Amino acid sequence: MADREPVLKVENLTITYDTEKGPLHTVRNVSLQIAPGEIYGLVGESGSGKTTFARGVVRYLPSNGKITTGRISLSGTDLATLSHKQIRKVWGSRVTMVHQDPNASINPSMLIGDQIAEAMRVHLGLNKKQAGQKAIEMLNKVRMPDPELVARRYAHQLSGGMLQRVLIATAMATNPEFMIMDEPTTALDVTTEAVILDLIRELMSEYNTAILFITHNLGVIARICDRIGVLYAGELMEEGPIHEVFRNRLHPYTRGLLGCVPRVDASKKSITLSSIPGFIPRPNQLPPGCIFAPRCDLVEEACQLERPPLVEIGPSHLSSCRRVDCLRTRTKEVEQAREERIEELGPVVLEARNIKKYFPFSGGLTALVRGKKSVKAVDDISIRMRSSFTLGIVGESGCGKTTLARCIAGLEEATSGEIDLEGEHLDYSVSRREPAVLKKIQMVFQNPDASLNPQLPAGYSVARPLTLLRNMSKKQVQERVKELFAAVSLPPDYIDRLPHELSGGEKQRVAIARAFAADPVLMICDEPISSLDVSVQASLMNLLAELQGTAGTAYLFISHDLAAVRHLSDWIAVVYLGRLWEIGSAEDVFVPPYHPYTEALLSAIPIPDPDIEQDRIRLKGSVPSALNVPPGCRFHTRCPRKIGAVCETEEPPWREMEGGHRICCHIPIDELKTLQGGGLLKKAGQGGNR
Amino acid sequence: MQKQPQENSENRMAIKKFFRRLRSNPTIFIGFMIVLIFLFIAAFGPFLAPYPYTQQNLSERLQPPSDDNIFGTDQFGRDIYSRILVGSRDVLVVAGSGTVLAVFFGLLLGLFSGYRGGYFDEVVMRVMDVILSIPPLLLAMVILFSLGPSRVNVIIVVGFLYIPMVARVVRSVVLDLKTRQYVEAARLRGETSAYILYKEILPNVLPHLAVESSMRFSYSIFLVASLGFLGLGVQPPSPDWGLMVGESRTWFHQARWVLFFPAGAIAILVVGVGFMSDGLRRMLLPGGVSDG
Amino acid sequence: MGLYILRRLGFIFLTLFLASVIIFIVTQFLPGDVARIILGQFATEAAIDNLREELGLNQPAYRQYLNWAGGFIRGDWGDSLVSRMPVRPIVMQRLGNSIMLAGLALCIYVPLGIVLGVIAALKQNKLPDQLISGISMAFVGLPEFVSGLLLITFLAIGAGWFPANSSIDPDAKFFESLPYLILPAVTVSLTGLGYVARMTRSGTIDVLGSDYTRAAELKGLPGRQVLVRHVLRNSLLPTVTIVAMGIGWLLGGLIVTEAVYGYPGLGRLLVYGIQRQDLPIIQAASMIVVAAYSFSNLAADIIYGLLNPRIRVGG
Repeated sequence: MADREPVLKVENLTITYDTEKGPLHTVRNVSLQIAPGEIYGLVGESGSGKTTFARGVVRYLPSNGKITTGRISLSGTDLATLSHKQIRKVWGSRVTMVHQDPNASINPSMLIGDQIAEAMRVHLGLNKKQAGQKAIEMLNKVRMPDPELVARRYAHQLSGGMLQRVLIATAMATNPEFMIMDEPTTALDVTTEAVILDLIRELMSEYNTAILFITHNLGVIARICDRIGVLYAGELMEEGPIHEVFRNRLHPYTRGLLGCVPRVDASKKSITLSSIPGFIPRPNQLPPGCIFAPRCDLVEEACQLERPPLVEIGPSHLSSCRRVDCLRTRTKEVEQAREERIEELGPVVLEARNIKKYFPFSGGLTALVRGKKSVKAVDDISIRMRSSFTLGIVGESGCGKTTLARCIAGLEEATSGEIDLEGEHLDYSVSRREPAVLKKIQMVFQNPDASLNPQLPAGYSVARPLTLLRNMSKKQVQERVKELFAAVSLPPDYIDRLPHELSGGEKQRVAIARAFAADPVLMICDEPISSLDVSVQASLMNLLAELQGTAGTAYLFISHDLAAVRHLSDWIAVVYLGRLWEIGSAEDVFVPPYHPYTEALLSAIPIPDPDIEQDRIRLKGSVPSALNVPPGCRFHTRCPRKIGAVCETEEPPWREMEGGHRICCHIPIDELKTLQGGGLLKKAGQGGNR
Repeated sequence: MQKQPQENSENRMAIKKFFRRLRSNPTIFIGFMIVLIFLFIAAFGPFLAPYPYTQQNLSERLQPPSDDNIFGTDQFGRDIYSRILVGSRDVLVVAGSGTVLAVFFGLLLGLFSGYRGGYFDEVVMRVMDVILSIPPLLLAMVILFSLGPSRVNVIIVVGFLYIPMVARVVRSVVLDLKTRQYVEAARLRGETSAYILYKEILPNVLPHLAVESSMRFSYSIFLVASLGFLGLGVQPPSPDWGLMVGESRTWFHQARWVLFFPAGAIAILVVGVGFMSDGLRRMLLPGGVSDG
Repeated sequence: MGLYILRRLGFIFLTLFLASVIIFIVTQFLPGDVARIILGQFATEAAIDNLREELGLNQPAYRQYLNWAGGFIRGDWGDSLVSRMPVRPIVMQRLGNSIMLAGLALCIYVPLGIVLGVIAALKQNKLPDQLISGISMAFVGLPEFVSGLLLITFLAIGAGWFPANSSIDPDAKFFESLPYLILPAVTVSLTGLGYVARMTRSGTIDVLGSDYTRAAELKGLPGRQVLVRHVLRNSLLPTVTIVAMGIGWLLGGLIVTEAVYGYPGLGRLLVYGIQRQDLPIIQAASMIVVAAYSFSNLAADIIYGLLNPRIRVGG
């Protein structure tokens, strides 16, 4: 593919923002080429400049941003020198873009069909009727069910996955030479993401478009890209064909990134994740030598003196590391293996039986007209937790996993069910629980920006539970706060800092320290790492595992990220539409037989290893509304293994296997086993390092 | 505690930053300057005034500005300059006290209504909606009609009228804040509602409250002046600017200065306060919601 | 959508009911003895007692309210205490005049405010924006009696272009009174102009920064098409609500402006009524103002609902 004349050729692109503090060279000397039909994955953490690069390539920069040097050639046209008027003609016809947040990227007050059609009317000169016809064709192309109907709808009537299809249809409509996809699946659920990625793959081979695919997710890159470029602080660190780069990882940054991602075939019991210390440098505070040197574990003196160039180190494989040879000999990841702990079941900490939480759906006049309805967010879920034990709950957004956690914490009052903590009955509402009980359950929340009071110093947030729940003296509190900050690896001077002076990962560490200050027996972690960069995620997961080892706390770990759940959890519960469908030890849940829903989730996980081929099991449509739960088995509307009418009418039975592994399905265990064979990840471990 | 000096230097930094931002935008700077000048005049006006504001001199009626009376004299021969200086205190005290009343009660209502929710909230907000559905000037006129026009009554009316607006703003901020995770963390460790409101929520309401208060203040000045103009507010011989403008209507065909100076004073003050509140919004709530 | 209107209507009737209670309490009870007010300080006790009986003032408060409200609904708004004439025709005629003035003002300030606001948003932080923002800020703050009297001084007395006094014959036809209407309408417009311009500006700036505007630009659509179809279509939606909310201001502004120009509208009637303690006039005029305000808000809500697909086609 690389032999063909490239569609996009970027040479030495430098993009500069004029700021109050002087010019910021956010992207520096980046060169790359993309051939027709090729998907080029650009990966980087937040702050790496990947979005600036993409906007710069299409000359869509804010007024204080400009291209200082470099050429951008699109099939011979130099985009960098085009006038504003000329570039507008290129946008939408030769170059198109698919954006991250499909909800925000579609005009809420314009019909879907019109929005797809308008670019064709402007660039292809079609009349209204032709363009409308073509728009429906495009919707068909992106496998939209009922394209005619969808064309006459508004954005708020469609789901996120459908809207992303609309954006792709719009971008493909004018048959562009080059397309930029900026985190197109980040806002979607994992099953929807998988479907959209398949779609992109298929369409690309058909249309022969060159694609720049930007993401922070290495798994997504491994699944869909042909080549990868690793961007760090505005410069390319490594570039090459996907298999080359993932197998050999000839730059310490790439190696670090890949080491951060939890694997689906190993857990905290056997490995600690590697993490990258420090932060991405700002463009005005770059180190003089290699820009990665301050965070690199292979650094030597020469690295800090001169900036190494990006050089070819293999067939079309480039790296900017001086110590490539050293990396080659160390190809095998130095895995920090853990001593296997001998499993010993601790005492039961929490038992929640038949928890239900129904939210009334709108009151007043509407209820009079339409009758009272309720959203069954959690509908009869039972779990049991032991000390030093992590129960992971997985499921797509809206499945009720967070509501369940909040009911146990008492932030939401359960509608019915029983919660016992260490054998004692727990009240539904947090406001009616005794302080002695309150200290036993603590929570770490999802959004680090909202987890700390912006007006109070970090130390205060950690100190408060100590005074309130543990009656410590002032002196003891001060001591303990210092210990806690040390325990979450934050320097003591952070105690006086205000939240806005902390990074996202640091805030989350403070939040963890605050939760541990109460010395809880049960800690609820509600997607504590989801909004953070992979390297920060890894260090937080290590921290959580470590703290559990010393404190013996039970964790209820909620996440949509199956790999993270697999890494941290001893047991895993799979939730869909407010119900539990499978529960068992992490090892059991990840090998067949599994529930068809689990199977679909597993097959959708983007695994950062292009050598693994996952079986493709895709779910149709989107999650039904919790207002109208399907009868029978709730999963039957999307189940890839539906066996017949029985699924639609009867609730499936629980089937029990060895080791307490349970599945709720109409299909008998043995049949599931035969259907699912050796499992989705059977090829893991063959080829490459995995 | 050893964190004292650091806090101090941080405060100083914050103040410096505040002034830097102040200078960077001329309109905001002008607004703050105008308000400061008027505060100064209100504080020292009576001492600066060359004549007592009630001193009549019927032989010097409606004299144009001169060295003796730099703003001229009115229909009773009173020195307009002195009356404006003294009147500034009237305007600021009446509008200011009204604003303070409104902000105080509005804050309380908004905090409790927003935090408690449920029927209490429903009832309070419906009542607020009804008060808001009557144009403020009309309601002020009708209430003043029944209470009788006096300085204290004007203050009460202004305070009462603007409670719903403050309460609404505070409530909407509280509704947002109370779902924040640090508030939930506080609930999880069993904090009392009083603690949560005072320590976790209130500090984060304050920036919004500051902006809202400054806006209410400018509307209060507007309202007080309009009431004075209609003769329903502060009564003669008080040197209320609105009243002065109202009285000038009979005379301004022959003596324009009788109108210009008090009208100008009102205009400058109101616009200054407006600029200031706009500036506060931009500084305290960057990217915040638009006013309503 | 139907349900939506129904709900709004329900709320309006609730509002009108509560507002009428407030107005009734404020006007009939707070001032003290109504009979004394009517008859003046020098009336005999006997005369006052008679009048009380006649007006039903000896009945319990709720009966008095019901009598008053019932009469109001039936169209019996009482007689003026000063002129002894029925109140309803006077109020309705003045209402017509006020609507004429308000309508003219709306026609001036809404389009102008929108245009200025959009220009300011497009030239954000540049000179035109700073000019427009500064001026609209000043307009919002300027009380109508200040701007009105200044306009009179310069345009009426100074230049002589317009009549300084608008105390026209209350029965005059629209075209006869038009010259007298212009200055008052401009006066009322200034505040509204500033308000609409500011709101339009901030709404448009929000939409200009939205993801879908970016998406539309990157479709390579002509600038005009992006502006009209993607930006304005969304940014002007809230303007409808803003204009409606501004009507409360407009009505307040009318009261002052009518007083400045001596224009025979509802506002001046109200001030008149208050000065002469003419209770039925005050009550009727207040109720009409509140009703007018509520229904214009309803109209705005309906228009907003019709324009906004989220409400029109359910979500």
